[in-house]
Amino acid sequence: MYDSGKIIPGLIIFVLFITIPIWYNRGAAGSVPKPVLPKDAKTCVLPAAEIRAEHMKLLNTWRDEVLRTGDRGTFEIEGKPYQKSLMMTCMKCHTSKKQFCDTCHVYASVKPYCWDCHIAPVE
Amino acid sequence: MFEKALKGNNYYWMWLAFLGFFIAVAAVCYLRQYFYGLGLTGMSRDVSWGLYISQFTFLVGVAAGGVMLVLPYYIHNFKAFGKITILGEFLAIASLLMCLMFIMADLGQPLRGLNVMLYPTPGSMLFWDMCVLWGYLILNALCGWVILTAERKQVHPPKWIYFFVYLSIPFAFSIHTVTAMLYCGLPGRHFWLSAIIAPRFLASAFAAGPALIVVMALILKKVANFDAGKEAINKMVTIIIYAALANMFFVGLEFFVGFYSNIPGHKHTLQYLFFGLEHHGHIYNNLVPFMWGFVVLFFVGIALISHPYTRKQSDLWLGLGCASIFIAFWLDKGIGFVLGGFVPTPIDEIVEYYPTFNELFITIGIWATGFFILTILYKIAIGVEHEIEA
Amino acid sequence: MDEKRRNFLKVAGISTLAGLGGTAVVGRLVAGSGIAHASGSAGHEVEAAKKSSGHGAAPDPSVNRYGMVIDIKKFQQDPSLGEKIVAACHSVHNVPQFPEKKDEIKWIWMTQFENAFPEKPNVYLDEATEEHQLPILCNHCDSPPCVRACPTKATFRNKDGIVMMDYHRCIGCRFCMAACPYGSRSFNWRDPAEFVKDANHIYPRRMRGVVEKCNFCDERVGAGKLPACVEACGESKALVFGNLNDPNSEIRKVLKENHTIQRNPSLGTLPSVFYIV
Repeated sequence: MYDSGKIIPGLIIFVLFITIPIWYNRGAAGSVPKPVLPKDAKTCVLPAAEIRAEHMKLLNTWRDEVLRTGDRGTFEIEGKPYQKSLMMTCMKCHTSKKQFCDTCHVYASVKPYCWDCHIAPVE
Repeated sequence: MFEKALKGNNYYWMWLAFLGFFIAVAAVCYLRQYFYGLGLTGMSRDVSWGLYISQFTFLVGVAAGGVMLVLPYYIHNFKAFGKITILGEFLAIASLLMCLMFIMADLGQPLRGLNVMLYPTPGSMLFWDMCVLWGYLILNALCGWVILTAERKQVHPPKWIYFFVYLSIPFAFSIHTVTAMLYCGLPGRHFWLSAIIAPRFLASAFAAGPALIVVMALILKKVANFDAGKEAINKMVTIIIYAALANMFFVGLEFFVGFYSNIPGHKHTLQYLFFGLEHHGHIYNNLVPFMWGFVVLFFVGIALISHPYTRKQSDLWLGLGCASIFIAFWLDKGIGFVLGGFVPTPIDEIVEYYPTFNELFITIGIWATGFFILTILYKIAIGVEHEIEA
Repeated sequence: MDEKRRNFLKVAGISTLAGLGGTAVVGRLVAGSGIAHASGSAGHEVEAAKKSSGHGAAPDPSVNRYGMVIDIKKFQQDPSLGEKIVAACHSVHNVPQFPEKKDEIKWIWMTQFENAFPEKPNVYLDEATEEHQLPILCNHCDSPPCVRACPTKATFRNKDGIVMMDYHRCIGCRFCMAACPYGSRSFNWRDPAEFVKDANHIYPRRMRGVVEKCNFCDERVGAGKLPACVEACGESKALVFGNLNDPNSEIRKVLKENHTIQRNPSLGTLPSVFYIV
């Protein structure tokens, strides 16, 4: 191989560089988040596994239905009607953004822009 | 071919560093704007487009102006343009990149820019503007690069490229027509609501674009030992003269319609731009100096490039004449047209617009980025020319 | 490399590119039709409304087109009414109050007759009109130029004929602001959050970099309530809200009994807001 003296150290530097996140966070895995669940409500709009994975899609669907289609129909859980609304449905049970939403979002380092406009419950 | 841009004399590097300084300043200013919002500009709910969109509008014209070289060369087989057609194509690339940067600088939510493609809306002229601008950019990059590569190898360009060359001609006209349609299809903005806008845009583009190319060619002759040839320059100057006169004719028609019909809506903006507009006892006239600058520079420029002595005997006078025309039409379209259209507002109020320093530095920085790209592209093109000659 | 292999590679390369591009295009088209489907009902309504909006064509009663009648005389009789409706609207919708005029955002506001109706200049204006102000807001046009201009469908006409804003989609190009012939639109030049005082906790704010305007209280109308400004007028009937396409609605009755004018109707925008002068 020509120039192996330059290529091999170059490759090593490159590999070290792109694996920085691993070296940097070595042994410092964050603890798994424990969002605080509401005490009085037992059923969510979807089963736990589903809502955990799909809540952002559900919120987008609600948004499009309410805002664009004008379909404000309510749905029932255990006989009680609910609106398709982040502020008026989700946050009525999950009364703390900090202890519920933020725990996972901070852990996963996602920054949803919901709260730029939607107002979190007073804590 | 990019290696040609990496070798240059001290002046070349000093020029790039000079531009780089303004680019760096603009980058900082843009970050400030990005984190604070467009409130750092002088725009308001009454003058909702400012320098960014006006520069964009003008630069679309400069990009379209390149077609005044492509068309005579490829359609009419005007051989003298052979050497400088590439200058027109590369100018179009640099101008279009500036346009896109100005659009991005102007968006309130730049990260959502792709929504224009995710939710395509054929009813919106902005959607079509995006289509033709990207189309023209890609066509110019493709044609310029393929033809320059063939030239370097001293072979004929592949036949298929001519399809794209010919396609780029209607695209050049369409970019500026669609840009005019952004304005002339809006009800309630009398100054813009005029069928002459698209032809006027094209006329001023076909003067300003070639004028900049002539200035560039004269500079390249001095600094890069690249001679575009007397015949080519002469023909371009003729094109500039006719296009510039056509633009002034169209401007004159706007004056006639406004002032002879005496319809207030048609007159107000012209009054504001050229004479100052009185409203509730206050005279609003912050753009008047720019518009008279436009008129004076037009006459100076047209005299310099028309008179046989200044036109044929002296590169300096010819260059100054073309520069005057370019600046005149920049004042007309890059300042007056867009900013004037917002006065008076639909609710008959007058709000004058003054850009902020942050906005000015971003604007200057985008121009600097454009000239940076242009310098590199011209360096490559001329490097290839010299290589063939050697 | 022999000639055949070269040609084969060329053809293979081009067809791969075409294939990739083709599937992308098809995927996009399918996705596009899906979107169109999702808002299908809205689309139909708009088309139906368009058909009915020609000269003298009868409105289609099966389609909603909400409108408003503003009785200027009532606002002259009770000058405090103006302040009330503006305050009601702006507090319900968390409209920010900025210290600088340059950043101003407004959904409904009081203005002079000459500003609301610049196409009806009158040197000899009556005293009442000259001295008092009248409210202006988004006209919720039947043929809205802002909707035509929007490159992302972030502003659109919904099934009730209300011109809506989807703040999640707006890219902030402000083409709609240039297109609106009534100056009804405002832009969030900076983050409005800290300029919203006493936020209404059942309605969102906006984020910086998007356009906003009156939404005819779509969120209230959808829930069977009257718009906030209409409610703020109390029993005065200074503002009457209702479905213009329903011949038996109160608003149609008011329109039948009074001579009304619209703001700059010559532009063909077919405003849904009417004024009793």
